[in-house]
Amino acid sequence: MAEHDNDHDEGSHLTEMDLRVRALETILVEKGYIETAALDRIVELYETKIGPHIGAQVIAKAWTDPGFRQLLLDDASKAVSVLAEVGRVGDHLIAVENTSQVHNMVVCTLCSCYPTDVLGLPPTWYKSFAYRSRTVKDPRAVLADFGVALPAETEIRVWDSTAETRYLVVPMRPAGTERWSEAQLAKLITRDCMIGAGLPKKPSEVA
Amino acid sequence: MDGVHDMGGVDGFGKVEPEPNEPVFHQRWEGRVLAMSRAIGVFRVWTIDTSRYAIELLAPSIYLTRSYYEKWFLRNQSLLIERGLIDADEVEAGHSLRPGKNMSRGRFALADVEKVTRRGSYGRPAPAPARFKVGDRVRTKNIHPTTHTRLPRYARGHVGIVERLHGAHVFPDSVTTGKGEDPQWLYTVRFDAPELWGADADPKLKVSIEAFEPYLEHV
Repeated sequence: MAEHDNDHDEGSHLTEMDLRVRALETILVEKGYIETAALDRIVELYETKIGPHIGAQVIAKAWTDPGFRQLLLDDASKAVSVLAEVGRVGDHLIAVENTSQVHNMVVCTLCSCYPTDVLGLPPTWYKSFAYRSRTVKDPRAVLADFGVALPAETEIRVWDSTAETRYLVVPMRPAGTERWSEAQLAKLITRDCMIGAGLPKKPSEVA
Repeated sequence: MDGVHDMGGVDGFGKVEPEPNEPVFHQRWEGRVLAMSRAIGVFRVWTIDTSRYAIELLAPSIYLTRSYYEKWFLRNQSLLIERGLIDADEVEAGHSLRPGKNMSRGRFALADVEKVTRRGSYGRPAPAPARFKVGDRVRTKNIHPTTHTRLPRYARGHVGIVERLHGAHVFPDSVTTGKGEDPQWLYTVRFDAPELWGADADPKLKVSIEAFEPYLEHV
């Protein structure tokens, strides 16, 4: 059963949740603990500012700038924090690089740990019981659910995020993009490929 | 605790179903729950570890059937009541019935947003030298605490290799049992899949966990 099934329930359940959440917010505001505008701002940030476009920019830079790539692999928190457009990176961000021999995948089997500073809030599938349970045991089957088939000889390296370290996958740069700018390359880089559940888009898909 | 939240390797949950063009929040209330969770964090009534433990303490029937943000909501509400910031009769009434506790830091306001949308920092000075080094063979302990732990069941009692050393970090097992931050060295320990899942496992699969030093012993 997918964890998000309840999101598609009939209206009565959702109405009830809406009311209950509204009531709790009302209590917290009336008691003087929080300001409504501050909550509005948090929602707005996650809906418009903190998302996978940040990670895509990081990866595109790593693909085009060998010095940055090395810094990213050595200390991703430090590397990402020097990008002027990215200002809110936490400690212990770790970048792991895919090669023709190794494909990295990130999961949190115990809850939903995710590199929010570079990818935003996790998608529902990342938090689903199916992803959390199977990725450490049969990641090729999980990849098949995403339409990804890797050669049998490719090693799959799964990182279970059981502490406050956070993993970002550096996918392989697609062939045929040699003259592409960072901005063009960023269009190839999907959220899923930075978790290891997907591969970058093909150049023909964005050209 | 050996709870239903510890899902690594459990069969039967079916296929992963990615949703194309998924919105950040499916319902407006989900965004409010997320925002309240972040906001309440500044009052230091809970930490990332105690809030995780509170989700794990939800009954299995709730954990397995309620949506992600509904669980967050239930957690927030019960922790707020438990910490005395709100009262159950106020939840019942749907509005405040008495003045709030006097919070020394003042109200969570716009100026605080920046801080709570940045991940927290859990690295701490090391209390002692690390017992293990990169390349060491280690065995995870076969432990089954009834309280919070970050050692997943599927990775207990298995031999792996220390791949990375991350410095000392706040130890969740101690924070959640009232023993303070009790910083411990944190390692990435990598296992070959057959060590975890038996001879039929994918021979080209390696899985790592982030293991606190007290979870490990020399082989």
